[in-house]
Amino acid sequence: MCTMIANQTLINGSGKGTDGWFEVRQVNVSYDHPYHAPLEHALNIDFVNEAEGPGARVAVELTLESARQLVKTIEAVLARAGAGGYVDERLKAEG
Amino acid sequence: MYQTNMYEGMLAETVTHRGANGEVINAYFARPLGAGPFPGIVVIHHAPGWDEWYRECTRRFAHHGYMAISPNLYFRDGHGTPEDVGAKVRAGGGVPDDQVLGDLAGAMQFLRSQSNLNGKIGVFGTCSGGRHAFLAACRMKGFDAAVECWGGRVVMPKQDLTPKQPVAPIDYTKDLSCPLLGLFGNDDKSPTPEQVNQHEAELKKHGKNYEFHRYDGAGHGFFYYDRPAYRQEQAVDGWKKIWAFLPKYLGQ
Repeated sequence: MCTMIANQTLINGSGKGTDGWFEVRQVNVSYDHPYHAPLEHALNIDFVNEAEGPGARVAVELTLESARQLVKTIEAVLARAGAGGYVDERLKAEG
Repeated sequence: MYQTNMYEGMLAETVTHRGANGEVINAYFARPLGAGPFPGIVVIHHAPGWDEWYRECTRRFAHHGYMAISPNLYFRDGHGTPEDVGAKVRAGGGVPDDQVLGDLAGAMQFLRSQSNLNGKIGVFGTCSGGRHAFLAACRMKGFDAAVECWGGRVVMPKQDLTPKQPVAPIDYTKDLSCPLLGLFGNDDKSPTPEQVNQHEAELKKHGKNYEFHRYDGAGHGFFYYDRPAYRQEQAVDGWKKIWAFLPKYLGQ
């Protein structure tokens, strides 16, 4: 792509794609051309499972401000979960 | 120039040809019907992928009398919708330059094998494909004209070089082997007007045959009618520049 600004990280979870739920094994985050958002560049997040082919993808394309808000919101929710005693080793192991 | 009493027809279809390392890839091939001979053009798709806009673009070249082939540079990354495949490539930092050049060489060879080619072949690309078009015109022999539309990352700072893109295309300028047409939007962020200045200065330094056209009120991708970046006036003029430039070097 034109910026080539992209990071990939292995994760565990589930995502709902066009063919239903699938195991998410990786998240790809880029700041590059989006496909749908009416922007030249967007913060693009793709939850994928490469073993299942390119179609195993849940995609979002966010404005910069939205992306920053998402990061803050996830951090806030995780902090509340930790403070409330909901985050335990069992969940980590499952993850 | 088409006249209303002229015959017109084309054939467009998916084909396969050899690419980098002798591997088979697929491509979209559109050519005018009739005896010819016709000039050829390799149409290099943009970073978002081998998509519908590029199929239309390939047919557009055929409509204007070119045997046009657009190789699927993402063939090795699996199959699915162009968006899904393109997103996979985006996440991986694009495709390696050497692999692209091998695929383009295969597309050129495919055109050369057509009995009604007039012997001339051009190369066209937008976005990353514009970068690839310039790179191909520098590193490959056999192209007779090149059209680079808003090629991002022709100018690359050292920290942006990667194993897939180890050399900035601008560093190959001295090897440019054919006339170059460049179309750019002055509001583009990749390439910026300053990067286009550097690109042009290097072409001048090496005495290359080129013409650049820079459009106010346009940014990146101003030909893409399906994106907010589309700029009707600038796009129409840009296509006119292409139809004026190519026949000078490819014949028709």
